[in-house]
Amino acid sequence: MVTVRISDDALALACGADEVANAFIKAGHTVERVSSWGMQWLEPLVEIDGKGFGPATPADVAAILDGSSPLAIGEIASHPFIARQQRLTFARAGKTRPTSLDDYAATGGWKGLERARAIGSEATIEEVVASGLRGRGGAGFPTGIKWRTVGAAKADQKYIVCNADEGDSATFADRMLMEGDPYCLIEGMAIAGFAVGATKGYIYCRSEYPDAIAKLEAAIRLSRHIVAPFELEVRTGAGAYVCGEETSLLNSLEGKRGEVRAKPPIPALVGLFGRPTIVNNVLSLAAVPYILAEGAKAYADYGMGRSRGTMPIQLAGNIKHGGLYETAFGITLGELVNEIGGGTQSGRPVKGVQVGGPLGAYLHPDQFDIPFDYEAYAAVDALIGHGGITVYDDTIDMADMARFAMEFCAAESCGKCTPCRIGSTRGVELIDRILARTPRQRDVVEGLPQMHNAVRTPRTLDEEIVLLEDLCETMKFGSLCALGGFTPYPVLSALKHWPEDFGVAARLPEAAE
Amino acid sequence: MTDARADRLDEIIASHSRREGPLLPILHDIQEEFGCVDEAAKRQIALALNLSRAEVHGVVSFYHDFKAEAAHKPVLKLCRAEACKARGVEAIVGDAEAAAGDRVEIETIYCLGLCSVGPNAMVGKKLHARLDSSKLTQIIREMA
Repeated sequence: MVTVRISDDALALACGADEVANAFIKAGHTVERVSSWGMQWLEPLVEIDGKGFGPATPADVAAILDGSSPLAIGEIASHPFIARQQRLTFARAGKTRPTSLDDYAATGGWKGLERARAIGSEATIEEVVASGLRGRGGAGFPTGIKWRTVGAAKADQKYIVCNADEGDSATFADRMLMEGDPYCLIEGMAIAGFAVGATKGYIYCRSEYPDAIAKLEAAIRLSRHIVAPFELEVRTGAGAYVCGEETSLLNSLEGKRGEVRAKPPIPALVGLFGRPTIVNNVLSLAAVPYILAEGAKAYADYGMGRSRGTMPIQLAGNIKHGGLYETAFGITLGELVNEIGGGTQSGRPVKGVQVGGPLGAYLHPDQFDIPFDYEAYAAVDALIGHGGITVYDDTIDMADMARFAMEFCAAESCGKCTPCRIGSTRGVELIDRILARTPRQRDVVEGLPQMHNAVRTPRTLDEEIVLLEDLCETMKFGSLCALGGFTPYPVLSALKHWPEDFGVAARLPEAAE
Repeated sequence: MTDARADRLDEIIASHSRREGPLLPILHDIQEEFGCVDEAAKRQIALALNLSRAEVHGVVSFYHDFKAEAAHKPVLKLCRAEACKARGVEAIVGDAEAAAGDRVEIETIYCLGLCSVGPNAMVGKKLHARLDSSKLTQIIREMA
């Protein structure tokens, strides 16, 4: 009889991990359900004595046990995909049983919280400031500065809100952390609560993650005595992408429509129920236990420029070796896609990659030397966002993807501001006209005799393209939040790098201004 | 509305009375139990939480998860976001719709967080990954 370790992460389950686990149990073996290593192309991954086999099906069980299985990948920890990573936030991935308090404590758990309590609240905040940690949700705002603001605010009640509304396509690091290492998030939130004097925390998790919600609720129950007097509650989103925006999330938590609030006032001062509130992403909060346990310097020693520490990067889409890759900032896009990711799953050439989810720019293989860094991406009109990378092969039509970006914005807009609500719909129509080669005709009102300034001729294709760029500029600078404000990134980058997909000639860089 | 149903709604509302901002948890429970949040439920919630019926309606209609009417057929949620598009979901949508016909409703959703093993779908709380046309139509056939 051997002990077999199989993940119970949602992705493993979707790939049939339960069926494989049951087959091992039926064969008389002990199965431990652990977190996922993040080598998702190998899920369900079976681990016996540190050695891995995947992707396994119940039919492979006998061969795995007698050592003849062709699915063997050798020692998991020394697999190149794992060995090359610098896992700080995901140090426990694949190694512990998610809701086991014993496993968590045995792997350095709660040390950060203990140290925070020992050094006091102000020193805790300064430690986070010194680590250089920036918001991992996408905006990249320095986490420590946010904490300082909330810490200095005076109020009868403060809140810690964890943004777990991970709606971006190509991102799953929040889900993996919540399902695989929920205590790490709980510890991070307890540290934040202690640092700023907040006694109540909410985790706002999207409803598409039922497994994560179940794990978190179990973990919160089991660890209540450790984090007390800090109290935690999971709240479930209701399918609105825009609730990943922090002010819209706060409205949703309050039981309102998830409409964006104008800033200022910032949530750090006037947040949940009008009280000072820290709103941090799952990955930001989950990085905190390491920073406190090992010291700010240990964390800040990783990274480049003003992007300190590590980023859990998510490799997704049409990629051969998809999964979670946590590494220091500075790694190039080409390394991630071609070396680590192994190129496309289909074997066809990479046409482009989208970094940062539905609101991130499309990058051309010519840009593969760009280092993973907030500023380097901003310099080329792109963003790293939540660190999700979607790879596309040459069968994708980038004009279709640009249209989808507008369509997605229209479907998910909260409706509060005009550039996003109406601009996105006009954007879909405009791209449809460009692709159908049916420029807009003069309408009835424009033909009235008193409309002597109206243009008499239909628009040309060029004019439609200029209009699209103009619309994107209005959305970018006129929208209240990142949904309308960043939708132009995928649209304009697709137009810039793949004009042929729109059926137009390459445009001079000046023309895009 | 029957009295039993109204009593059950009151029970659900009361079970969340100690929460701050209880509306979404209440709506989730009602949606889960009755498959929709109908007009009568909205009015009852509004009364209990001291909100206007319009405020409750505004919240219910804002979120994709809350339905005005219960679905008359089983629902399969199919992800059609970027990562699943990159992995070919668009090419199998037609087959899925043909297999679904009038028996199964195919709802488009954006992202289940399994973005390296798409195309993905969800039925109830059960996730399905690495779908191709035959696997997806098989799932749809078994649903009815």
